[in-house]
Amino acid sequence: MTDQLRGDVVLRVNGEDRVVNLDNRSTLLDALREHLRLTGTKKGCDHGQCGACTVLVDGERANSCLLLAVAAEGREVTTVEGLADEDELHPLQRAFIAHDGFQCGYCTPGQLCSAIGMLAEVADGMPSWISADLTATPDLDDDEIRERMSGNLCRCGAYAGIVAAIREVADG
Amino acid sequence: MRAFRYARATDPGAAAALVTSQPDAVYLGGGTNLVDLMKLGVLRPGLVVDVSRLPYDRIEHLPDGGVLIGGAARNRRVAHDEGIRRRYPALARALLSGASGQIRSQATVAGNLLQRTRCPYFQNTATPCNKRDPGSGCSAIPGAHRDLGVIGTSEHCVATHPSDLAVALAAYDAVVEVRRPDGAEVLVPIGDLHRLPGDTPWIETVLEPGDLVTGVQLPPPPDGAVATYRKVRDRWSFAFATVSVAAVLSTDQVRLALGGVAPKPWRLTATERMLAGTDPSDDDVRAATRAAFTDARPLPENAFKIELAADLVAAVLRDLRTAGAVR
Ligand SMILES: Cc1cc2nc3c(=O)[nH]c(=O)nc-3n(C[C@H](O)[C@H](O)[C@H](O)COP(=O)(O)OP(=O)(O)OC[C@H]3O[C@@H](n4cnc5c(N)ncnc54)[C@H](O)[C@@H]3O)c2cc1C
Ligand code: FES
Ligand code: FES
Repeated sequence: MTDQLRGDVVLRVNGEDRVVNLDNRSTLLDALREHLRLTGTKKGCDHGQCGACTVLVDGERANSCLLLAVAAEGREVTTVEGLADEDELHPLQRAFIAHDGFQCGYCTPGQLCSAIGMLAEVADGMPSWISADLTATPDLDDDEIRERMSGNLCRCGAYAGIVAAIREVADG
Repeated sequence: MRAFRYARATDPGAAAALVTSQPDAVYLGGGTNLVDLMKLGVLRPGLVVDVSRLPYDRIEHLPDGGVLIGGAARNRRVAHDEGIRRRYPALARALLSGASGQIRSQATVAGNLLQRTRCPYFQNTATPCNKRDPGSGCSAIPGAHRDLGVIGTSEHCVATHPSDLAVALAAYDAVVEVRRPDGAEVLVPIGDLHRLPGDTPWIETVLEPGDLVTGVQLPPPPDGAVATYRKVRDRWSFAFATVSVAAVLSTDQVRLALGGVAPKPWRLTATERMLAGTDPSDDDVRAATRAAFTDARPLPENAFKIELAADLVAAVLRDLRTAGAVR
């Protein structure tokens, strides 16, 4: 218990522990961008409505704009900066380039993190709202991709390329 | 946002002691509603007690066929649980229909049930709202109420409760487990958790200060039941319900709960009685659904919800029957 309005928070980001002194009001998004200078993660709406701020927390998708940084202590955070393996882009990053999965690129870090979390859900057998059979192995057709990615808006409307890029990686 | 102290609870007693130590203290689950409302200035807690890591994340299937779901269990995990998908499909579907993959991953069961209305006037501190600012008036009644309630509302408030999960739990006769600050456990039927606004719309649930939602208990679904959740909304994904229905159908029972129409999940008890054990036509179902709205107080922009509900219930019951599982 702290009587303080701020304090040191240990954030585990992209495999490294980082100590930051934060006001309790800081969201994970602001901590990443303003304190850790990891500006890949973007702020769109700041209210959970656009997905630009999506990161992975313990491997699952999260809107970093709605997560208090103090509440993320001890959880494993992965941002877009943590997706590539040294100079080797993540296959999904390569697929986004190959399929023109962006125009301005503002939504892209969130799209990438969200898609990685989504593909892990699918690999784990998770159905979606539009899956006809809740217990069958998911069949990730384009409508399933759209439904599962509906938390990520693209103001440029690059959806066709985004779906194609995700499709390519899903099909292996 | 107002500055606040933060504490991560390690046991429920300490959490309750903290949250009752000052009147402006709140519990924090996934934060997807609370943090949003704090940013908007709608909620201004001075102390935030994080209960998301308390050991209430179980999903335990019981020998009698029921299930216990912890209050801290995340929505995604509940929807993903194989037993839930097989035995409580309306629950899995309701969760899957809600919000986005990101929000479902973080949102907890307790937080979902206790999330606040999406009424635009409640969320906007510049406008009067009896829920947020008692006595200031309801802006929605003369204003933008198209998405708000038609039944169970009052002249002081027409807000709806937005949870899809709660609607499915109502159809499954779920009971909410509450831990009182003195350690006592009380069970609250899901239909009694939320209160109707009457002339005190700012009192939204039967919970007292410090009450912690530790889980929900679902009795076994009726023998041979088929069930589903359907949600009508303005876009096909990532939107709150205009009207939604959870339906559980067996040879001798029909259970129906609606979302999007009322300040709480709305069981259609009159309709259920009229339809139980019958083989109704679509028009019979529509008439029986309308019968549950005799006490409705629709407003000019949202009266359509009653006909929409009638059509929706008819369509869902027809589909559940033709799915072949109910004879
Ligand atoms: C863009 C957007 C779209 C959404 N769409 C939908 C939708 O379509 N359908 C839907 O159903 N929901 C929707 N939601 C709402 C979402 O489901 C809720 O925000 C979420 O379920 C809340 O859970 P949480 O754990 O994050 O709660 P929190 O935000 O942490 O808490 C919510 C409330 O519950 C209280 N609380 C939390 N845990 C406990 C506990 N154990 N005991 C007592 N009190 C507690 C808190 O004090 C707070 O008042 C949407 C949200 C957003 C931002
Ligand atoms: S910035 Fe977080 S969802 Fe839009
Ligand atoms: S590429 Fe511009 S917002 Fe998506």
